[in-house]
Amino acid sequence: MIALLTRDLKLALRAGGGFGLGLAFFLIVTVMVPFAVGPQSALLATIAPGVLWLGALLACLLSLDRLLALDWEDGTLDLLATAPLPLEAVLSIKAMAHWLTTGLPLVLAAPVLGVLLNLPGPGFAWLVASLALGTPALSVIGTFGAALTVGLKRGGLLLSLLVLPLYVPTLIFGAEVARRGATGQDLSTPLLMLGGITAASIALLPFASAAVLRVNIR
Amino acid sequence: MTFAAKANALWAYANPRKFLATTERVLPVFWWTAAACLAVGLVWGFFFTPDDYRQGSTVKIIYLHVPSALMAINCWLMMLATSLVWLVRRHHVSALAARAAAPVGIVMTLIALATGAIWGQPMWGTWWAWDPRLTSFLILFLFYLGYVALWEAIEDPDTAADLTSVLCLVGSVFALLSRYAVNFWNQGLHQGASVMRAAAITGSDTEEKVSNVFFVPLMVCIIGFVLLFIALVLYRTGTEIRARRIRALLARERAGA
Repeated sequence: MIALLTRDLKLALRAGGGFGLGLAFFLIVTVMVPFAVGPQSALLATIAPGVLWLGALLACLLSLDRLLALDWEDGTLDLLATAPLPLEAVLSIKAMAHWLTTGLPLVLAAPVLGVLLNLPGPGFAWLVASLALGTPALSVIGTFGAALTVGLKRGGLLLSLLVLPLYVPTLIFGAEVARRGATGQDLSTPLLMLGGITAASIALLPFASAAVLRVNIR
Repeated sequence: MTFAAKANALWAYANPRKFLATTERVLPVFWWTAAACLAVGLVWGFFFTPDDYRQGSTVKIIYLHVPSALMAINCWLMMLATSLVWLVRRHHVSALAARAAAPVGIVMTLIALATGAIWGQPMWGTWWAWDPRLTSFLILFLFYLGYVALWEAIEDPDTAADLTSVLCLVGSVFALLSRYAVNFWNQGLHQGASVMRAAAITGSDTEEKVSNVFFVPLMVCIIGFVLLFIALVLYRTGTEIRARRIRALLARERAGA
């Protein structure tokens, strides 16, 4: 399992800059926002938590179609499916590798981009906390979407259509935590809901992903 | 017949030939009763009910809005049930019924959204509000779109049935989650449930229930929509079965040639 994880991490790091792509996309989206809505700092401060969450979500989405497609093309996926490791575990590890290479950098970069959007002081800690708690769910849900569309030509567009509605609850609660954190309101309920979504997704979705992947490589 | 025997008899309809033979016989009944119910309910509702004392004549769109919204949700539930049957017992008719129902569900959701907007404009002064009920319907619409797109994208019908079934199951959980998430996110303009309440069964007019003057034609409309939905799904399922047979025949011909 650890060998698989290190393999995926190495591939992500060495294979032609795919690693930084999500991060660069996140930066670009954040920089574009003031151009689109105007540079008033009060307005930017209000929308900053939501924009940062949306940017992180889209950056996460961007890398999803590479999650399984490369292994599908060169046949690694067939080998992994016949390996002694259960397919659920393989997909959990793939989701984890995706999170380590995409989600974690986003979490770490978010405070820096928060400065650009004039995020209020107390919001930084909660933005990082909400992203740290929410992005694993995004990776796991995305793995399900990638497993659904892995055999398809040009599945990327379909992938976003399938995955984005599934992202709605995570986005709502994640952005709510960040927003309430920035304005200093009580945030225990959305925080618990966000944690619950992440925990439930990690616990249950690998089974659904493995089920659809078995159908796809049948 | 015992219950178990009856339940077993129901599975006989999973045979496409028996399904087609039976639906061909019952379909006209569904079409005509649906048409009769809708004609009676809509004409009664539009022309023979008084205007509401607060909403005026705009209230009459309720005869389209409420039944379509009801069917939009129930259609997804039906797809969930047929998907489960497909995953557990692998009856092809079940999977095809889910496929046949999805576009009907899309249209029902669109009717509910459109009539809601037309009703909301004079009542709330806006076409659209980010209200929990409205928003969750929009998300339901997106789920339908993704579901149909996945069906269309996959060549092999059995693979497509498997994948869409799992998507339907996972989507149901997330649709439910979104429903409560948007509820939490914003408390909106839409009124609470006022049609399907305990008072509706006892038939008494209460404060929070729609008055019986509107309720009776509304019930007729709802029954009409349910029958129309059943007729459409049975008809479309039959079409799917035939399309599948044609594909099988063509494949056999090509193999023979």
